[in-house]
Amino acid sequence: MSAFIDYLLVGIATGCTFALLGTGFVAIHRVTRVVNFAQGAFAVLGGFFAETLLSHGLPHGLAEVLAVVAAGGVGLLCGLVALGWGRVPVMASLVITLGLSIIAEAVTLLIWGGTPISYPGLGGRDLVILGAQLQPQYLLLIVVTVVVLAGLAAWFRWTNLGRALTACASNPYAARLVGIDLNRMGLLAFALGGMLGGLAGVLMTPLIPMTYDGDVQLAINGFAAAICGGLVNPVGALVGGLVLGIGEQMVAGYWQASAETGVALVVLLGLLLWQALRERETMS
Amino acid sequence: MLTVRGLVVRYRDATALDGVSLRADRGEKVALIGPNGAGKTTLVNTLSGILRPAAGEVRIEGRLAHVPEGRQVFGTLSVEDNLLLGGWRSHRRDVAPIYALFPALGPLRRRRAGTLSGGEQQMVAIGRALMADPELLAIDELSLGLAPLVVQELADHLARLSAERGMTLLLIEQNARLALDLCDRAYVLETGRITIEGPCRELRHDPAVRHAYLGGAVRA
Ligand SMILES: Nc1ncnc2c1ncn2[C@@H]1O[C@H](COP(=O)(O)OP(=O)(O)O)[C@@H](O)[C@H]1O
Ligand SMILES: [Mg+2]
Repeated sequence: MSAFIDYLLVGIATGCTFALLGTGFVAIHRVTRVVNFAQGAFAVLGGFFAETLLSHGLPHGLAEVLAVVAAGGVGLLCGLVALGWGRVPVMASLVITLGLSIIAEAVTLLIWGGTPISYPGLGGRDLVILGAQLQPQYLLLIVVTVVVLAGLAAWFRWTNLGRALTACASNPYAARLVGIDLNRMGLLAFALGGMLGGLAGVLMTPLIPMTYDGDVQLAINGFAAAICGGLVNPVGALVGGLVLGIGEQMVAGYWQASAETGVALVVLLGLLLWQALRERETMS
Repeated sequence: MLTVRGLVVRYRDATALDGVSLRADRGEKVALIGPNGAGKTTLVNTLSGILRPAAGEVRIEGRLAHVPEGRQVFGTLSVEDNLLLGGWRSHRRDVAPIYALFPALGPLRRRRAGTLSGGEQQMVAIGRALMADPELLAIDELSLGLAPLVVQELADHLARLSAERGMTLLLIEQNARLALDLCDRAYVLETGRITIEGPCRELRHDPAVRHAYLGGAVRA
């Protein structure tokens, strides 16, 4: 029983990282219609940034926050290149983000080398929940995710800027008519996606050492989570992330660890198939 | 207030506007009528900066707000959010005057705009445009898909806005009778060119206008 609780809690925590990545996908796709393949790279870079800042003596907290901000900056740059100030068609943007993720991998390898990195997470004794032991960092990951996603939802709803982003998603033509600059909003969305990806990386690196090429795996999981919300619904991304995280832990725990990766792909394929079929139905 | 001179707008090779000139003075109500595909929507989209002219000149003194064809509300957002977004440029956040103008919207303020009736959506679209505090209001197809009673009510609102605030109005309308009754001057646009222009009370008796746009009906 305690093994089950263990898998469940760890699953929720990893699911939270997928949800953060998935929300990044959603934030960018809603505004720009671009599926950002570099989303996983934001997480990898977030982890590496935090490790470097910590190893240079910055205190915990500050280092992590700066790493997230830096990942947001990378997101902004990525948006600048991929969107080309509104002159690049969506399909081309998509391919550009794929290229950027490969470049990011190469640059990470060049700067930091191929060894996995990690750093200590939240200190303190393991928590005992229903007989299962849990490192405090897992709890931190869950709490931060919940707070950030709730804050983000409130920001989208109640602030001018958040509302403008939602408006671009709802009706781009009308957004232009009221004077919203779609190019700037696209860049803002990319910066936001960068920060969300960076946050996922910063929070998970103490638990699962980060490697320069971990981005594909993360992007697949985040994308699968985002697809649950049809790439437009952040709540769907949260639910999808949790289901995926828990599912993977259960498969790894009760069946075999190597199958963990396959879960995301199977879920992804199933969801895409289901959506394609549903679209066909509504069309006929 | 609004001066358009020799405007040419093209979609790739197709010329949608071919040397259009028109003007609207401060406080004036100007109608633009013409058949489907004449280029009316192309014209307002160019005024709004959505389309770039290939030639010609557009001069607008003051702020323009545009109520687009098909209303184009933010369907997934609440009525109130729609109005607030209208104030994006003007930084206006006070929505109360809009609810005073359209009392029907008050009880609907939390509803998603996409779930409203056509007439209610048109009120949202006009309210959103008014939030920009415009000196010039361009409305593309006011009456399209709306019940006659609703259209009359909206037309009365517009007449009042123009009279009370001195707002200039550019009204694009399929219903030529409505447009000619509401406005001071009118232009007829046909396949990208202005073919007829003049005061509305004269155009109402113009044989060509009567034949093409007023169903040939003879009315004093
Ligand atoms: N996005 C577009 N691409 C190509 N042609 C267009 C586009 N929009 C309109 N047109 C063409 O331009 C002409 C004018 O259209 P429009 O301005 O919508 O007319 P109206 O509003 O008077 O009905 C039509 O021939 C139409 O087919
Ligand atoms: Mg039109």
